[in-house]
Amino acid sequence: MQSGIGARIPRKEDARHLKGKAQFVGDIKIAGTWEAAFVRSPLAHARITAIHKPQGAEARVFTAEDMVDLAPIRCESTLPSYKVSDYPALAQGKVRYVGECIAICIAPTRAEAEDLAEAVRVDLEPLAPVVSVEQALAPEAALLHDDWGDNLFLTTNHAGDLTEAKAKATVVIEREYETARQAMNPMEGKGVLAHWDHKAEQLVAYTSTQVPHLIRTGLSECLGLDQAEVRVIAPDVGGGFGYKCVLQPEELSLAWVARRVDRPIRWTEDRREHLTAGANTRQHKYKITAYADDTGRLLGLDADIWVDVGAYSVWPFTACLEAAQAGGNLPGPYDLGAYACRTYSVATNKPGFTPYRGVARPGVCFAMELTMDAIARAVGRDPLEVRCLNLVQGAAMPYTNITGKFYDSGDYPAAARAAAEMIDSANFRARQKAAAAEGRHIGIGFSTFTEQSAHGTKVFAAWGLPLVPGYEQAMVKLTPSGTVEVRSGNHSFGQGLETTIAQVACEWLKTDLAQVKVTMGDTGLTPYSTGAYASRGMVMAGGAVSKAAEELARRLKIHGAHLLQCKPDEVEINDCAVTNGIASASFAEIASAWYLHPDRLPDDVNTAGLEVTEGYKPDIDTGVFTYATHAAIVEVDPATGRTTILDYVIFEDCGRRVNPLILDGQSYGGAAQGIGTALFEEVIYDAAGQPLTSTLADYILPGPAELPHFRLGHAETLSPYSRHGIKGVGEGAAIAPAGAIVNAINDALSGYGVELTQIPATPHRVLSALLDAQDKQKVPA
Amino acid sequence: MKPAPFTHDRPDTAAAVASALAGDGAKIIAGGQSLGPMMNLRLARPAHLVGLTALPGMTEITETGGAIHVGAGVTHARIEDGDSPVTLPPMLRHVARGIAYRAVRNKGTIGGSLAHADPAADWVTTLTALDATLHLRGRESARQVPMRDFMLGAYRTALAPQEFIETVTLRTSMREALWGYDKICRKVGEFADAMAALVLVPGEGYARLVVGATGGRPLLLPDLAAQIARTAQHPGPDVLRAALAEHLPEADRVKLHLLTTALDRAIAKVIPA
Repeated sequence: MQSGIGARIPRKEDARHLKGKAQFVGDIKIAGTWEAAFVRSPLAHARITAIHKPQGAEARVFTAEDMVDLAPIRCESTLPSYKVSDYPALAQGKVRYVGECIAICIAPTRAEAEDLAEAVRVDLEPLAPVVSVEQALAPEAALLHDDWGDNLFLTTNHAGDLTEAKAKATVVIEREYETARQAMNPMEGKGVLAHWDHKAEQLVAYTSTQVPHLIRTGLSECLGLDQAEVRVIAPDVGGGFGYKCVLQPEELSLAWVARRVDRPIRWTEDRREHLTAGANTRQHKYKITAYADDTGRLLGLDADIWVDVGAYSVWPFTACLEAAQAGGNLPGPYDLGAYACRTYSVATNKPGFTPYRGVARPGVCFAMELTMDAIARAVGRDPLEVRCLNLVQGAAMPYTNITGKFYDSGDYPAAARAAAEMIDSANFRARQKAAAAEGRHIGIGFSTFTEQSAHGTKVFAAWGLPLVPGYEQAMVKLTPSGTVEVRSGNHSFGQGLETTIAQVACEWLKTDLAQVKVTMGDTGLTPYSTGAYASRGMVMAGGAVSKAAEELARRLKIHGAHLLQCKPDEVEINDCAVTNGIASASFAEIASAWYLHPDRLPDDVNTAGLEVTEGYKPDIDTGVFTYATHAAIVEVDPATGRTTILDYVIFEDCGRRVNPLILDGQSYGGAAQGIGTALFEEVIYDAAGQPLTSTLADYILPGPAELPHFRLGHAETLSPYSRHGIKGVGEGAAIAPAGAIVNAINDALSGYGVELTQIPATPHRVLSALLDAQDKQKVPA
Repeated sequence: MKPAPFTHDRPDTAAAVASALAGDGAKIIAGGQSLGPMMNLRLARPAHLVGLTALPGMTEITETGGAIHVGAGVTHARIEDGDSPVTLPPMLRHVARGIAYRAVRNKGTIGGSLAHADPAADWVTTLTALDATLHLRGRESARQVPMRDFMLGAYRTALAPQEFIETVTLRTSMREALWGYDKICRKVGEFADAMAALVLVPGEGYARLVVGATGGRPLLLPDLAAQIARTAQHPGPDVLRAALAEHLPEADRVKLHLLTTALDRAIAKVIPA
């Protein structure tokens, strides 16, 4: 069937987006709406001694003192030694990062609200800023949270015995790696419009979120409302990437104020707010020692990982998800004999760490893939061969790795070799030599990863989260017109779920995509879902829709068979109808019989009807693993330090591809973000903790001219454990680019003795490394 | 990111412009592609904006007596497109095409860019290299300032209060100039980290070598320019680096490296190394 699973078709939602008719928070019109602006902290670390509201505007300015009945965001964790940070919607007593909300001001327009915010005076007594993990862990460090005693949210220790690896190793590689702090930069920032609906006796919050049902829980807990008194609606959302999977302090302030003043209030995040208060992800440091033998076989790995998690723990993913994922995922796709890893989740005067597309894995993949190349150089072998030697082999599947990850299916070395073939690595050295003869520096790099997707209850419970996802529900119904309606509490915000879950319904109901209406993201209209994150949407919501559509198809067959005067096992579903040979009862006829003319159905009809809600979870709780190898060929210009990507290939296996067109888009978008991580994006702080990159003129995102023509290849190893063999794919492509690109840069510059270990690999970093190498050569031996 | 309150008008006589500029906190808007973002960030807070596009001639391009006159209100996009009744020097069109993004070029103007005097902007360097003359109009006066004397430093110009740029004038001989231009940006359309321009007009014995994005006013290297004109030889990167290091003692090694590269490449476009 044209619209079912596997159909390469454009997205349902594109029409409204292309016509500019989508409805984002900023587009919603409710009479009487006022706009909000926040007074935000100008300092990284300070005590608030007084807040002065402008005279005459006291009723339009609110501070923490006004919100005594609003509980702070409090993210408990079951992990031992974890420290809790109370994250108030508006700062209480202290500010802990530049951009932290201090007061909320409301006015008929945003400009007037900003005028008001500007007139609020805040007396601050500066405290010593804690701007790096080294500063935070120094003995005399200022404390972010006075009662903690130190600046550590959590340390973990994966104790492993490396004695044998050390004894056998003939090659020891020691490296330190560093990744920059980033802001996620969805095209639409955060946005909230809240009002109290007196008829429904509900707080209604339109919010730009990936997780509407979770936000309802969070709002009701902090506001002290019953969950039935809160309705959260995620309208069109312009990108999430993880930025919108947590309860936002602004959501709380807006909800509280809207209720207090009994008027709809909207706040729309601007880019400066995003680049300062939203600078909340990716920043890691690594110290790694790898033990290998002469063939490049990795025998053991010893690692310390520091995550710069900022000031507060986000709800519900905590300040420690990142470190837990980093420690658990560092071995990645490799078969590793021994592993020891300690992680440190360090509090600093920066915005609270939020999981971003790939969650920790872009960092660990970068560290691991650079280490692989370092091993290959040390033993004088081809990096591809060293990778394939160490990857979990296809015959070993399913495979439980050293950190207990259950790799369900696939052939990792085959993907690496396929990527190598696509980029013609066999002939690369000759090409590199020819380029060198022309004075050009080109290099090749590989990067391989696994992407745990749709992990379930046990995995999240092990991370100690306060709120653990389990199953997913969805509703599928036949309308009185005979068309199909799908409702899911998950959400679609650019990743195409609105189309792909409809395709799953089409798979069972053999109907056309245009005949399927999808409603998502509204807690008032959809079954419970913890939402879209962790690459779970397609597996979980897709699985639930599949089960519900299957059951609806079964019921349609019973009614259709009755209308056709035959038995249910004699009919099948074809082209929006129940058929038996040339006889057919269209869905419209069946719907008409069920809703309007029950006299056409038997007296003992199953009254369960044509509206089916089903729940789903995969056969395993541990997630289904997508994997891929990226390969890049780059040219580095030593005169400018600039890296140009000449070729970029991705060979991936995400199981059943529900819509190959959307999947390609996910790969392009993810890889583009990964290239941002590799070469461009960096939030820079000065010694006082001031972010120096608060506009897009300073925080550089890659644009079309900086991106290569991505070439994609696919394998399709179905997961044995999920409906239709689907694996999640949302995050993967963002994980690998830094590893592939920096390995390629290091390959290109190997003649200079340069090895970069820090991202982004900006022209400034490349030139500094080259000039350092030059200086060293000048020093007489 | 909404500007502080301001008012706006577009007077249609030079006298009215001068009067408007005499008011407290008045400022000219001439495209607004730098001023607009600064106002949105509230880093600039003019109380009153004075637009110039209603003034006669501000958006015209004409040719008289061996000179091309470009109205200060002409957009980068018009220069890029050659949307002009007289032929523009090829270098102008080339440089215009590389300014920021098309959306910025559609609004931003040549006069606005010069008056703003961002060290990393294209026109301050290019028009210095092309020996342009600026016609400035004040309340009761008009005067001419050579481009090389116009920019005094980062965001500082020779413009007096209540004075504005009326036209940018170039000799028609610049159509036949041999020129090389190079700029280094982290990303297409971003502000330059380094730029350089070489212009030679052999018939006039004119040679000028200019380095931009130095953090201050464009740097002229007259000795090197004369040497290039005399010898028709590329001086080579070591000579260029030494000259830059001498004139820019504050520049760090990476900046120096980038400026050297831009200079090297600009010259190489005229005389291969």
